[in-house]
Amino acid sequence: MALLQISEPGMSAAPHQHKLAVGIDLGTTNSLVATVKSGMATVLQDEHGHALLPSVVRYMPEGEVVVGHDAQAQQSADPVNTIASAKRFMGRSLKDIADRAHIPYNFVDSSDSTKLLQIQTRAGLKTPVEISAEILKTLKARAEKSLGGDLMGVVITVPAYFDDAQRQATKDAARLAGLNVLRLLNEPTAAAVAYGLDNAAEGTFVIYDLGGGTFDVSILKLTKGVFEVLATNGDSALGGDDFDHRIYCWVLDRIRETTNNFSPLNENDTRLLLTKARQAKEWLTDNHEAQIVCRLSTGTLVDITISATQFVEFTQQLVIKTLAPTRKAMRDAGLTLEDIEGVVLVGGATRMPQVRHAVEEYFKQTPLTNLDPDKVVALGAAIQANALIGNRSEDDLLLLDVTPLSLGLETMGGLVERIIPRNSTLPIARAQDFTTYKDGQTAMSIQVVQGERELVADCRSLARFELRGIPPMAAGAARIRVTFQVDADGLLSVSAREQTNGVEAHVVVKPSYGLSEDEITRMLKSSFGSAEADKKARMLAEARVSAGAIINSVTLALNADSHLISDNEKQTIETEIQNLQTVSQAEDADAINKAVDALNHATEAFAAARMNASVSHALSGKNLDSINL
Amino acid sequence: MSLNYFELFGLNPIFNIELATLESNFRKIQSESHPDRFLTASATEKLSAMQLATLANEAYQCLKNPANRAKYLLELQGITAISETNTAMPMDFLMQQMEWREATEDAVSAKDVDALDNLLAEIRVEAKSLQENLVSLLDVKKDYATATDATRKLIFMEKVSEDINRAIEQLDI
Repeated sequence: MALLQISEPGMSAAPHQHKLAVGIDLGTTNSLVATVKSGMATVLQDEHGHALLPSVVRYMPEGEVVVGHDAQAQQSADPVNTIASAKRFMGRSLKDIADRAHIPYNFVDSSDSTKLLQIQTRAGLKTPVEISAEILKTLKARAEKSLGGDLMGVVITVPAYFDDAQRQATKDAARLAGLNVLRLLNEPTAAAVAYGLDNAAEGTFVIYDLGGGTFDVSILKLTKGVFEVLATNGDSALGGDDFDHRIYCWVLDRIRETTNNFSPLNENDTRLLLTKARQAKEWLTDNHEAQIVCRLSTGTLVDITISATQFVEFTQQLVIKTLAPTRKAMRDAGLTLEDIEGVVLVGGATRMPQVRHAVEEYFKQTPLTNLDPDKVVALGAAIQANALIGNRSEDDLLLLDVTPLSLGLETMGGLVERIIPRNSTLPIARAQDFTTYKDGQTAMSIQVVQGERELVADCRSLARFELRGIPPMAAGAARIRVTFQVDADGLLSVSAREQTNGVEAHVVVKPSYGLSEDEITRMLKSSFGSAEADKKARMLAEARVSAGAIINSVTLALNADSHLISDNEKQTIETEIQNLQTVSQAEDADAINKAVDALNHATEAFAAARMNASVSHALSGKNLDSINL
Repeated sequence: MSLNYFELFGLNPIFNIELATLESNFRKIQSESHPDRFLTASATEKLSAMQLATLANEAYQCLKNPANRAKYLLELQGITAISETNTAMPMDFLMQQMEWREATEDAVSAKDVDALDNLLAEIRVEAKSLQENLVSLLDVKKDYATATDATRKLIFMEKVSEDINRAIEQLDI
């Protein structure tokens, strides 16, 4: 095991020290981890030289968990305990899964149809979050072994079209895997970073990303290290898996035609045929026909030849389905085809010739394929992780992303009132005022939805929450301001306050889906087999880490800019730093967190002054000394 | 920091702004304030950076769009272009708006996306000449009363365009 480097308390690590950070592409079919080594983004391989980790998790009889190729190899033998494509189920309830009849897992039927789905395995009930966490743990171990140290932070990619629930689920999975998430990065944006920096590209580019289970299209403007997303669209339930599935259905029809008394397939045979279908799809990329040969558990011998022409024919609708979101993105960006400098293909499913043809035909130009479509997303994530953790010396990489779906509120009659339109640049905040309907009303219920449809019923409900403690007043007299904030991860938070009478009922709303703090603690416990004492130790460790981080950043800020504040203010801040240093030596996590808050509070004016100074500096290009502040 | 949107980007408060300068100054401010730059900063610094980045996004969206820019310039003069009590429109504009709405409905029932696209192009041309008008009204003549009418027209034309875009989207599945 590598030795940990620990610096003197309160001292910052040497500025040139390389911090370990990786980018993770958590894919539907395959996952990857990449990092930047000596200025070059590289995908990290496992001990057998594999870069791709199949996103397959198998729960073994002895309680062991197997992830990757070994799990994939046993999919047909042990289908109900071997979960593939868990990403399709992230942040979803059972009613969201359209084709569950063809998925060989034991989904748990819940009386509550909005509850996040669970899968029954021999290791007990598993959520997609826990299954994804196993994949992340495997990649974490691979990276730490390969880089020889603990990871300080990761960037995890998500489909641009992922909604709030799916993003939250991804973040929860990372937490379960013990990863510090620097940022959730949209996959097409990651691809644009890798492509753009590699080719010194400038202009407007389209990223067409057809992965195993998701489709995204993003339009970006690239100028000198700035990647500005102009519009994004997609389908979070469309990908290479669906092409496998079409082959599977087609083969099943052929078997039915030729077999007497054909009985429904069992789970093992379903999985076997799906695997054969995937292999046939891959074979058809470079060949005119593929043969599917296997023996079902019923004894039936399957021997079917499928031609490339047939494959193109019965998957045509799937290809067409990607063009509507593409046109929408072009319209939202206000662009015509002539404005597009290049179209970059991302995702393994873009290897299919019919997909390439369709893209070429629509954009009237040959798509760019000079980067490995499987790796480009992970490489872009690694570059972003390297920049975010502070390793990149040039301070020129800036990603301006957007929210993929509109956010709205339920109004009278089940209609949606749009608050934040889709394709708004992040971070964004919007406030909306509400008032009471009846005299003396002290509570109200607000429903937040995400989606483009007019009716609440057609959109995804993110949260229904109640504002309580409104001071009783005449109808229409109260003023409740609700603020919606979408952060750079694309995650929503809602806060509300009553503005009249000086009464501030401040609520922070966590969406109703996602895992509660208790559930995460329980899962962490069961995965580490740890007891209450471990939880305390972890909380103390986390508190000390955040104390160290803030002391470090405030000290650096004081060294650079203490002329922006009075000696008095400076002294107050220094006192709080000393206090936090003292408290950090003790074993009380709560006390440390309180001291962190106090230090944060003491630096408010200083932070604002620094912000102002840096903005005037940016606009004038002058030295700070020459500006009269 | 109570800068108005123009001051935030170091621009003169006029309608005919240099869009390239707006864009490059927007990027400069985002370079200094984007949350990605403050991952290791204290919570206080994160918050003030987040507020500035959010403000810059909002200000950029406002100034980039001609109708919103005109509306905002009038607001700086204390004029509310669109209010619930002030929706008066000249008759000829109302007629034109009705024509556009009817043409949209006809195209939707005929499922004619091309007709909708043509309608959008037609409105774009009209909007363009209104914008040229606004340069002289707002920046040169400072005739805010006439500018308010033109701005209101521009805003309504945007609404019609938005509805047409939504109609196209619903036809295009």
